[in-house]
Amino acid sequence: MISLHGLTKVFPGGVRALDGIDLTIGDGEFFALLGPSGCGKTTLLRTIAGLETAGSGTISINQRDVTCLPPGRRNVAMVFQDYALFPHMDVTENIAYPLRIRKVPRAERLAKAADVARRLSLSELLRRRPAQLSGGQQQRVALARAIACHPTAFLFDEPLSNLDARLRLEARTFLKRLQRELAVTTVFVTHDQAEALALADRIAVMSRGRMIQVGTPAEVFQRPATTFVASFIGSTPMNLLPARAAGGSLYAAGAVLPAPAGLTDGDDLVYGVRPEYMDLSPTERPDAFPGTVSVLENLGTSTLVTLEEGGTFVQAVVDEGDEPRLGDHAWAVPRRALVYRDGELLAP
Amino acid sequence: MARPMSAVDAAGLGRGRAVGFVLPALVLIGVFLVFPALWTIYLGLTDYRLTGLAAANPQVVGLDNYTDALRDPRFLGSLWLTVGYVGGSAVLGQAVLGFALAWVLRTRTGRLRRLVEGVVLLSWILPSTVVGFLWFALLDRDDGTLNALLNTPGFAWLLDHPLLSIIVFNVWRGTAFSMMLYSAALENVPPSHLETARLAGASVFQQLRDVVLPLIRRHVLTNLLLISLWTFNDFTPFVLTGGGPEGRSEILPIYVYNVALRGGELGAGAAVSFLILLINLAFALVYLRLLRDRRRREAALTGGPPA
Repeated sequence: MISLHGLTKVFPGGVRALDGIDLTIGDGEFFALLGPSGCGKTTLLRTIAGLETAGSGTISINQRDVTCLPPGRRNVAMVFQDYALFPHMDVTENIAYPLRIRKVPRAERLAKAADVARRLSLSELLRRRPAQLSGGQQQRVALARAIACHPTAFLFDEPLSNLDARLRLEARTFLKRLQRELAVTTVFVTHDQAEALALADRIAVMSRGRMIQVGTPAEVFQRPATTFVASFIGSTPMNLLPARAAGGSLYAAGAVLPAPAGLTDGDDLVYGVRPEYMDLSPTERPDAFPGTVSVLENLGTSTLVTLEEGGTFVQAVVDEGDEPRLGDHAWAVPRRALVYRDGELLAP
Repeated sequence: MARPMSAVDAAGLGRGRAVGFVLPALVLIGVFLVFPALWTIYLGLTDYRLTGLAAANPQVVGLDNYTDALRDPRFLGSLWLTVGYVGGSAVLGQAVLGFALAWVLRTRTGRLRRLVEGVVLLSWILPSTVVGFLWFALLDRDDGTLNALLNTPGFAWLLDHPLLSIIVFNVWRGTAFSMMLYSAALENVPPSHLETARLAGASVFQQLRDVVLPLIRRHVLTNLLLISLWTFNDFTPFVLTGGGPEGRSEILPIYVYNVALRGGELGAGAAVSFLILLINLAFALVYLRLLRDRRRREAALTGGPPA
């Protein structure tokens, strides 16, 4: 278990990389830190590792306060984006390196390295140097090195970003299965929302050194707490349309929609609908966004349709075979929507 | 395009014009480098002197100059002094201190780093003779700055510890080069490698041994070769001690000067110069061998089939 209390980090020059972070990560949990570059997610990971010192606040790992301990005494293992394999050591020496530093006898650490390597299908490669390995193999060696020293937590910095697209999907499945098997608390950093949704048990979405929302992938995807999270999560960006409440209804981009309770007329609102939760209608309806089909993007099993009306764009995803033609007039009917006031999600 | 020359003659000059371009440089090298070298070898085989009968009519004496030099305790003593001077000031002094400075400054930015770099560089860009006289003023027995600072009036640093004096002097003068070279080398060490070692619990010594030195090995070899050769051929200590007292700081370049120009025995001096050349050549060959071994091993490793 990793507990963070009031963690703050200010870099020289005044950049607040971490701004009062409170977080508890449960035993065996697979936890993602997600956000755009510069949001503080990597700094948070490095602070947990001890590579950065916190300005204030405390970090404890398994009820042990490690705030002031050097990285080597926190019993955590980190896998870096570039894997950081030592080029002059072969696979065995790389995997066994942390054990060597801990003065584990040679025979024991070689046996341990061979054992971990077998689990990760690296047995054939034990005598190779990193330069002779493919990207996927290098990643597994880095994982093996992290596993071999039995840490209380794994910290992964963008573990999949150096792999090509096809390999990344394989490695993702592999990583998730491995983490389940080992059941070691794992924190990983990513800027890829799809990766975070696919891998994590829980996600923290970060922006400017703060945690905007912490929740399961389903919670974060279905009910993004702010318009920032809403625009960040989802493989096609959510439609975020300026809206106005009047007389119990919502007016947004040419549609008249039912308003949730608790709104006062004249509120500054944003109406959010994911393109996947839009239906396209060829006939006019008052509760739909009208527009002319201006762009069609083929997504394989579906197509992303962009409707344009007076400078406002609305996007909808339609199944294959149901695509309208370019220039057609169409109405996008929201199935499931969220309403934001001042950037914050309104309770339904 | 089908001309047979085009494969090797990228500039399309043709042989004649290419030779025309290279010729001036070759002539200069021939006149100022190859000819004096050959002339030195010839002189080393004669009893040529600066003055007297042998100056007008030198006789070829074969290898006498070489056998004399190798039997001369003054030459052998000078050789040992030079080994001490190179080992103490170049390898132990400049390389170790330069690396230490580069390592300490690697994570520093801002004023402290600029200050240290500036001061160290200043000692490097000053002309050697100027630095020599500055140090002479520092170490002087009667009015020296060091004696004033330490309150040890009349202590004769240059007379009592001549070799130590010129070693410290050369460390002061030459550390900047090693520091800059190692600073550049350390930039090539990925921070994630050091951090991986730190997370494993490695001490600074272990980080240097397991991560840094294997990665910057080639820089270390290049640095050691260059500063060893420069220091081996360094004449500047002459400004401080003139080789004295009693030859206790007479390193080989000063020995050659004293024999050939002060003693007037140009033939003997030329022979010793040639011996110095051979020693330098040996240094360079050992270094090239070390580099080549390394490269061959790396080639053998990366040549394996990637799976």
